Amino acid sequence: MPVPNDSNPKLAEYAHPQSLVTTEWLAEHLGDPGLVVVESDEDVLLYETGHIPGSVKVDWHTELNDPVTRDYVDGPRFAEICSERGINRDSTVVFYGDKNNWWATYALWVFSLFGHRDLRILDGGRAKWVAEGREMTRDASKPGPGDYPVIERDDDRIRAFKDDVLNHIGKPMVDVRSPGEYSGELLHMPDYPQEGAVRGGHIPGAANVPWARAAAEDGTFRSRAELEAIYLTEQGLNPSDPVVAYCRIGERSSHTWFVLTHLLGFGNVRNYDGSWTEWGNSVRVPIAVGTER
Amino acid sequence: MSELPPKLAELVEDFSQVGVKDRLQLLLELSEELPALPARYDGHREDMEQVHECQTPLFLAVEVDDTDRVHLYFDAPLEAPTTRGFASIMYNGLDGETAETVLAVPNDFYAALGLGEAVSPLRLRGMVAMLSRIKNQVRERTAVG
Repeated sequence: MPVPNDSNPKLAEYAHPQSLVTTEWLAEHLGDPGLVVVESDEDVLLYETGHIPGSVKVDWHTELNDPVTRDYVDGPRFAEICSERGINRDSTVVFYGDKNNWWATYALWVFSLFGHRDLRILDGGRAKWVAEGREMTRDASKPGPGDYPVIERDDDRIRAFKDDVLNHIGKPMVDVRSPGEYSGELLHMPDYPQEGAVRGGHIPGAANVPWARAAAEDGTFRSRAELEAIYLTEQGLNPSDPVVAYCRIGERSSHTWFVLTHLLGFGNVRNYDGSWTEWGNSVRVPIAVGTER
Repeated sequence: MSELPPKLAELVEDFSQVGVKDRLQLLLELSEELPALPARYDGHREDMEQVHECQTPLFLAVEVDDTDRVHLYFDAPLEAPTTRGFASIMYNGLDGETAETVLAVPNDFYAALGLGEAVSPLRLRGMVAMLSRIKNQVRERTAVG
């Protein structure tokens, strides 16, 4: 039986309302057959300090990345990751996490590379659930084993590589990093110097829209009207445009990818996961410095 | 690991004797044992140094007492258990040791903890930065005249 959508009126405004659920909805539907709740955080231990009852953990860094090649896991490994967590191909997967769902949207994007159909984000993430005093537990979840098929990853649709980006110059691009990283003053994100690059600046033509502008104070996504004011009115993007989004390793830009694709209905947004740690270290690629596109 | 002070060596041994999953559990337990800030630092972040290399705001204070013993104080949010765990390794391993001993800890000691696999090498950089900032402060506090 399919898990119903959340009919909350705020969500109904978005292009794809079925991609989000509210905390109220999740509290009501916890334990529904076919629903798997996945926590994905920046902090690798946060899930262990307490999590939504029955939820499972997927760690972006140690689990979704290939341990050797700079790439995501392949089909066989992805099938294992899902099956171990009780996720089947037809499961409804709701992601939530820390820091405005930053890593939850990243996990959702990686699941999307495998074409998993029913993926949703808990609007407001972990912080909102906790702030509302909803139940958290340290009890280990014991998901029944899933039987996930081996699916080949599709890197063409929503993922961009360096050569794709070189060919995309002149078309709409969104750099979701902080203004200092964009202008080239900083070679890394404030407080994250370990992910540096030898050159600072941005890809020529890219607009600078820091990813967190899409999040409200309580960690929920801004309303559709607010998001349109930022991306359509202010930045002049059009939902029919092909867009590439990037940051430094592709995680912050997954958040923007989610906003453009699922909330505003853009049809062709690709996330460049090589991002600045590849571009800013590459030989002879064009770079723009300063605040101008 | 003969250069490591005994408590730090013991921690390294604890970590190296268990599998990846249990290393995370150990780090979690350590994060919960990180002592609260004493009153003189509580609410006084201006008297502490921020460790920018950690992915979450971590504040550090280092004191060296009359007997040349080093005392460490950390402030990191509960929502950052990994960072708290790293801080707790520093606290449990180094607090109360002499300045000389702390300065002699190899900068790459963390490799022996085997946490690279468990938390990813990227996240470990914060721990390297923590140790180097502790050492810098110890040097400042013990500088002659």
